[in-house]
Parts: sequence; C-alpha cells; structure tokens
Amino acid sequence: MAIPAELKYTKDHEWIKMDGDVATIGITHYAQGELGDIVYVEVDTEGDTLDREETFGTVEAVKTVSDLYMPLSGEVLEVNQDLEDAPETVNSDAFGAGWMVKIRISEPSQLDDLLDAAAYEALITG
Amino acid sequence: MKDLVLKDSHIAMGGKMVEFAGYNMPVTFAGLMEEHHTVRNDVGVFDVSHMGEFFVTGPKATELVQKITSNNVNSLFNGKIMYATLPNGTGGIVDDLLVYRITEENYLLVVNGANVEKDWDWVNKQNTMGAVLSNQSDDYCLFAVQGPKASDALQGLTEINMHDMVYYTFQIGTFAGVSDVVVSATGYTGSGGFEIYVKNADAKTVFEAIFKSGEAQGIKPIGLGARDTLRLEKGFCLYGNDIDDTTSPLEAGLGWVTKFVDGNDFIDRDYLAKQKEAGLKRRLVGFEMVEKGIPRQGYDILDMEGNKIGNVTSGTQSPSLSKGIGMGYINLPFNKKETEIQIQIRKKTIKAVVVGIPFLK
Repeated sequence: MAIPAELKYTKDHEWIKMDGDVATIGITHYAQGELGDIVYVEVDTEGDTLDREETFGTVEAVKTVSDLYMPLSGEVLEVNQDLEDAPETVNSDAFGAGWMVKIRISEPSQLDDLLDAAAYEALITG
Repeated sequence: MKDLVLKDSHIAMGGKMVEFAGYNMPVTFAGLMEEHHTVRNDVGVFDVSHMGEFFVTGPKATELVQKITSNNVNSLFNGKIMYATLPNGTGGIVDDLLVYRITEENYLLVVNGANVEKDWDWVNKQNTMGAVLSNQSDDYCLFAVQGPKASDALQGLTEINMHDMVYYTFQIGTFAGVSDVVVSATGYTGSGGFEIYVKNADAKTVFEAIFKSGEAQGIKPIGLGARDTLRLEKGFCLYGNDIDDTTSPLEAGLGWVTKFVDGNDFIDRDYLAKQKEAGLKRRLVGFEMVEKGIPRQGYDILDMEGNKIGNVTSGTQSPSLSKGIGMGYINLPFNKKETEIQIQIRKKTIKAVVVGIPFLK
C-alpha cells in the first residue's frame, strides 16, 4: 500500500495528520500488518495532557500488546469511539477510519522532528 | 538458528517467519484469525518439524519408558500412542511428550522442539538399564494436518483408512508414494486430524502432495500463532507457559496421565502420591474475561479484594468465542468453577470468572 504523502510519521510507526493545531493520530498500514488481527484498542487518556513519547493507550492483537506513544506533546481531545466495537477497522483502513486520537499540540516545533512519507518509506523498506 | 526443510515453500506461500525453539518458523500466513477458522471449519497444515523425535529400542526399552514417563506404558499396544509428562525428580516437569509404541522393543518419543537437548540429556541420564537411544530430531519433518476435513483431504494419498483411524493411534505405511511414513491420529488443535512424520529427503514430496490432495477441501498453510489460539481454546497445556520444571503434573491437571497403578514405578511417583494425599495448594484453571480485556502470560490473578491469588500462564483473545480467555495457577479454594476473580491488566483490574476446560466444547 502506498504511504500517503500528506501525512507525517514517526519511527514508532504512527502517522500524524495536521489540521491547524489539531493532530489526528493513528498507526500505519505497515504497523497493523506487523501486529496482525487487532482485537482491542484501549485509550483512557481523553482530556489528559501528555508529553511526547508518553503512552496514550494500547493496541492489542491476538498475540501481542503494544503501547501507543504520543508523537507530539499535547492534550488528548477525542478518542475514536468506533474502534470500541470495530477494532479491526485499524487493519482494514489504518490511514483513514482506523485513526485513534485527536490531540491539540502544545509544541509546534516538535513537528520538525517527524518523518515525511519518503523518510518513513525508507525506514520500513530499510 | 536452524531452517526448516520446507522454508522456501513457506516463504513462497506468504509465511511470515520468526524465531521459535531455535528454528526460523512461519508464525502466520493469511492472518491468525483466518487461519484459526480454517482449522476449526476446514483443514490446515502446520509445519512443526521443530519437534524432537527420540527412538528407544532394545529389550530394555519398555523399562526405560516406564521409568521416565508419568503415564502407564503397560497400557500401550503396538500402534497406540499415549500423552505423558517426564517428571523431573523434584516434583516438576522436564517436558510433556507423546509416546508411540511401534513394538514392545521400539518406542518413538516426540518432545517439544525447545526442549530437545534438555530432554535428550535427561533421558540418557536415566538410562541406567541399557536401552538403545537414538535422537533423530534432525532427520524428520512433521506436518500436522488438522481440521474436520483432514481425512477427506488426505485419503487419496494412502491405502491407510484415514476415516477409521482412532484418536491416539498410528500406522506406518506408504503415503504420497513414500514408504515408512508415520501417520498419527493426533494433534494440538482439538479439531481432529493427523500428524505425518516423514524423513527429510521425502518431506517436500509429501508436503506438496498434501496441498494438492487437499485442494478440494480448501487446505491452507497455518502458522504458529493460530496453533497457540487453537490449543488454548481446548485447554491444552503449553510447556514453558502452563507447565515447567516448577509445576507439578497434578497441579497442572495432568493427573489423568500420572498413573499410580501397580508396576508403573516412574520417577517422582512417591513424591507425587504424597502430594496428592496431602492435597494440592494451587491448581491450573481456565478463566474467561467478564469485562473487556485480554489476559497475557505473567499477569497477576487477584481475588475480589485485590489480593494476589495466582498468575496467568497463557492468555489470548479467543477467535472462536470472541472474548478473552486464559489459564493460570490459582491458590485453593479460588480454583472452583464460577469463582469471581480479577486479572491485573497493566494499571487496571478487570473482572473474570473461573470456568471449566475446554473453553470451546
């Protein structure tokens, strides 16, 4: 699958879509493929203000559990409630309907540290 | 790390390879869930060639097998298989295994891949009576063809009547044109099927014939990930998770393969008989999550007041039941069915309930 050029990425295989100072965050198509069938997305940090690299939730596949890290510092505004009943959406549409949280970023300078699509593609094709 | 003989075939079929038991093995092909349902509903093939094969032969063979295994070797006849543990001399378990009686002077022991060296050392150490031992683990491939359509998928390959084979029996015969193949009505999925033992030189021939023969039944390759969810739904113990050198076979619910009958003088018999008489302090039980959450190996089990009463040894999201299931050791009397317990999942305590095994009837 193509890696959307309009998104930013982290080495933890998360994607970030900016809209003003609000960032929508999910995991990449590559990440969902590595995890396998996702059965549970748990985010209980709505309303919390977290630093970059802090855990905002967890994603569980049948065999594994992985923490989800804040790619940027900010406040968790919204959690994707649809994933409660349909966590497999992360497998089927990682870059779209499988988004996980929206945050209001507090340190825009951190955006410079994110990877662009070409850099991320280089990372996963290594 | 060792490679499977069929490594290139697995990669060509889309297998994602990981290291397990010292082997580079396929963990998944089409996706764990899909593979799981393939085995439950149709038929799938696992390459479990990492498993170890020891042959015990000669006039002293029965005596050695009796000494090292908890189950009763005298209950076997030619062509019959038993499941057993290898007690470790201090009340724990060296490994669990299958014992095949080919003749009364020729047994095949099938042990876990991760334990081949440890088991080989142990069995040799116990061989004070002079049985003849041969470790042929690197010479054999093992394909587990599992699922309700396994008989149909394989019947075209052999004169052996696959439909009439009784669970836990085996035959040695011609299979896919290859002679001396061990065809065993066993498996680790609870969905029926066979395990096929074949020498490395013939492995590719047999493997490809199985897939061709099972085309009409929709036969598919299955990885280790689904192997684990399939066995856990049926409550089968996994060595290294649910049983190990520190767990008693009685605590693990393996009393049914620990036989205190006359003449079965196995290692730890007295110790385990005393343990049984004194009463167990903990038991391996199954539990289901009542609230949303997935138990994992190593998580704490708590009573409803939050006191630790045990630990999780295996856990997963059950693909068939669509809920979290697990096994773990629980202190008595919390082992009783329908006891409400809690699982410590990261920072939260999540409600669960003790249930009977198998989870999937």
